[in-house]
Order: sequence, then structure tokens, then C-alpha cells
Amino acid sequence: MSIIDTLLNDFFWRALIGGLGVALIAGPLGCFVVWRRMAYFGDTLAHSALLGIALSFLISVPLHLGVIITSVILAMALMLFSRNKTLATDTLLGILAHSALAIGLVALSFMPSVRIDLTGLLFGDLLAMNRNDLLWIYGGAILILSLLTVLWRGLLMSTIHEELARVEGVPVERLRLLLMLMFALVIAVAMKMVGVLLITALLIIPAATARRLANTPEQMAALAVVFGFIAVAGGLSLSWHLDTPAGPSVVVTAFATFLVVYGSAGQLSARPSA
Amino acid sequence: MSEALVAIEDLTVRFGDRLVVDRVNLSLHRGDIITIIGPNGAGKTTLIKTILGIQVSTSGRIMRAQNLVIGYVPQHLSLESTLPLSVKRFMLLSGQPLAECESALARTGVSHLLKASVHHLSGGEQQRLLLARALVRKPDLLVLDEPAQGVDINGQAALYDLIRQLRDELNCGVIMISHDLHLVMAATDKVICLNQHVCCSGYPADISHDPAFIETFGRPVAESLAVYHHHHNHSHDLHGNVVGSGTSHSATGHEECSHEHH
Repeated sequence: MSIIDTLLNDFFWRALIGGLGVALIAGPLGCFVVWRRMAYFGDTLAHSALLGIALSFLISVPLHLGVIITSVILAMALMLFSRNKTLATDTLLGILAHSALAIGLVALSFMPSVRIDLTGLLFGDLLAMNRNDLLWIYGGAILILSLLTVLWRGLLMSTIHEELARVEGVPVERLRLLLMLMFALVIAVAMKMVGVLLITALLIIPAATARRLANTPEQMAALAVVFGFIAVAGGLSLSWHLDTPAGPSVVVTAFATFLVVYGSAGQLSARPSA
Repeated sequence: MSEALVAIEDLTVRFGDRLVVDRVNLSLHRGDIITIIGPNGAGKTTLIKTILGIQVSTSGRIMRAQNLVIGYVPQHLSLESTLPLSVKRFMLLSGQPLAECESALARTGVSHLLKASVHHLSGGEQQRLLLARALVRKPDLLVLDEPAQGVDINGQAALYDLIRQLRDELNCGVIMISHDLHLVMAATDKVICLNQHVCCSGYPADISHDPAFIETFGRPVAESLAVYHHHHNHSHDLHGNVVGSGTSHSATGHEECSHEHH
């Protein structure tokens, strides 16, 4: 107990434990972002997080909850808007992503009593992670990992061929909604770590790196977790030794890993990607 | 006659103002093979999607037999390249045991591809995989959307042959969309010519004489099909037309049918 206490009292270890927890859920969820081409969608949800923070001050709820609520509302709005095909999805996402970010910034500026570290929100403040954040991260991780385990076959089937899945009785719409809720949750808990502008990187880069080495969807999810761990551990060490900002250092490490894996895998063998 | 697997009555589907499927009636029993033909944009895919239950109808009724298991063979399997997937894993996602999956693959002639990546299959192999995937669920009703797309001409005949054999083995009903008019006419029990509404329907030998069919597909096509059927039935080759030169001329340049219903 005392060892754990000592660890949790040290900001570096708190950051590491929290970061690993985020990597644990960002890995498999990131795979779905990549498989379903939802990168821009994830970005849009992440950008809305700032609005969520403003909201949580306004109605005095915990930050994480405010972020989850806005993400969910935005996700629903997107689903509704995308039925109306006048605007291409990426245009729509672009409009909502940046408007949400701008409205969030404006809304926060109307709250002079609220003192917020804006850089921390935008780019992460991994080293300021407290015990409450860790609770959110690991609570979220347990919830998301159990959901993913139970829903795995249906999620995979509806990702591979939505209509085939529907014919076979997979509740495609409900799963899509649950997946969005999981995205909202991961954004809320990862926000503090890498910041709203860099969250998508943490979802996509480890998953894309894993793709190069994986032969099954499950392998890809597991490898994405491993590469997430490497990014968090490497980024924190970088930050510790060179005094660089922690969030961006994590993303830089993830990117470096991506380059190394793609570079070396291409050279070692011309094995076809399965 | 046994109870119908699927029966639809006055089924209508609209997309906004556009009438896509107009008061279609049909019923399908075990052992039936119904082929839907028709020009592009005739509502064929919409019609089968409504039967599959993945497209909502605007009006009309659909009745499906209780506990009906449908095997669906979609047009394509357009798999995202970032998703690593082997044939085996794809088959197992049906929830059926491996032995069943292997025998379904063997039945459609692609058991040697078990370990292969789904990304590396040819058009014909992919269709056979999709057919095996539908088969492994032991369907009462097999629904195929242009099953022979991307398959060469010899492969097409073999594929339609296989579908007929599967119908006999499973004693299931089959409903499919096809553009391969000549093969369809040879292989199917009943043809429905769709152009929003049912232009005409019936047995292949009769339908090619139907004025509505001739109006929809043009006289050359209808005549070549009639020839084909004579040929098929009793070696009638006096017309000397060559059959099998493709159907590209069939789907264009017709007017909307404005005749009485058949």
C-alpha cells in the first residue's frame, strides 16, 4: 500500500500510470477509428471538448462529465446532419470541428472568474494529472474494455460490411451509438493528458503502426496498445530529460515509432500486408 | 403448395419525390429461383434490400416466414485496407464452428483459400467467399445481388450452376438480381422484369415474347433470347444469331414502360 501511495504521490508516476491507462483504451478504439475512417470525426468530437469545459463551469458539473455531454450532443447532431446530403461529410465535420473549438474559446472568455490553463487544455498537461483523473481514466478503461469485449464480434461485423451485419441481426445502429459514447468517454479522460488538439493522434498513430505488423483485427488492437504504451513511456522520459511539453512529446514518440516500424518492416521483408 | 418464405404485396418505396419501387407483388417458396432483371436505376437493389429488411418501405406489406434465416450475398465486399482479415476469420465471424465454415468453403470451391487474406482475393474468389459466408448460416432464403459481377464468362455459368445446386441441397428459396440476361434465361425458374413496377414476369421462355419485355430491353435482345431458348429446347439454329456477346446494349435507350400490367 505504501509503495502505491508513494507512487501516486509522485507526479511523474501519476502521469505514467494515467498515460498507460489511456493507451490501454486508445489502442482498440483507435483501430475502429482507422477501420471506419473516423479520424476527422474523432477530431471534431475532441475539438468540442473545450465547449464541454465551458459548459461544465456553467452548470457546475465535473469537467469530464461536461465534456462527455457535449461530445454526445455533437455526435448526435452529426448523425442528424449527415442524413441531409447537401454537404459532404468532411465539409460538415470541418465546420463543426472548428466552430465548436471557437465557440468553446469564446465561451470561456466570458467567464473571467474561471482561471483556466488554456495551453494545458489544448496541448495537454500530463504532469498535472491528479488522483481524481486517474480514477476517471481507470474507471473509463474498465467500462470501455468490457464493452468492447462483449460487443467485439458485432462491432467487427458491422465495420466489415454494415448491410451484411444487419441482415444477420447485428444491431448496427445501437453499436454505432455505443461506439460514439466510447469515443466521447476516451476524449474526456484523455483530454488532460495530450490536450484536445492531439487526442486523435493518440487514437490513430498507434493503430496505424500496429497495422503494419498485424494479421488479425485482434492482433492489431493488442499491438496498438503496446505502441501506445511505448509512446507514453517514451514521451514522458523525453519530457523528463529534455524538459519538453509532455503531451506533444508523447505524440512525437508515437510518430517516431510509426516511422521506425514502417521503415524497418518495409526493409526487412517484402511481406505482403495481410 | 407450401407456405411462402416471403410474400410482398403492393410494395412501394420512395426516396423523397422519386418513386423507386412501385406497387410490386411477389411471393417466393422453397425451391423457387426468382431472378430480377431490369435496366439501371429500375429499383432492383432497393427491392431486395426491402425484402432483406434493411430498407424501409413507404407502403405495402412484406410477410416473412417465421424464423426465416436469410443468407445475403452482397455485390461487393469492399473491405478497408487497414483492416487485416483472413478468409478463416471472416467465416468464423458468422458465429458458426470452424468445421462448418470449412465445409461451406469447400462447397463453393474455395477451401484452399482458408488462410488467405480477404484483401488478396480475385473477383470470382470473393463472390464464392461471400456465397460460402451466406451458406454457412444454413439459409432458408438466399438473396444475391449480382452474384456474377467481376466473374469471367465461364465462371459465371459455373456460378449460376452452383446456385441451382445449392437450392436443391438446402431446399431454400433463391432471389437474385442479374444483368447476365442470357445466363439467367437458361438458369432461372421465374424472371421478374422490373422497371420501378413489375413490367412483366413469368417463365424465361415466355417472357422474351412479352411486349413489355421487348419494350424494356429492345427487340434485338428479346429476339436473341428467344433464339437462345429455341436453341436450348430443341436445337433450333435457323436464325443463326450468336448469343453471348454481352448485355451492354440492353440497359439503355428504352422508354419508361407505359403499358398495362401483365
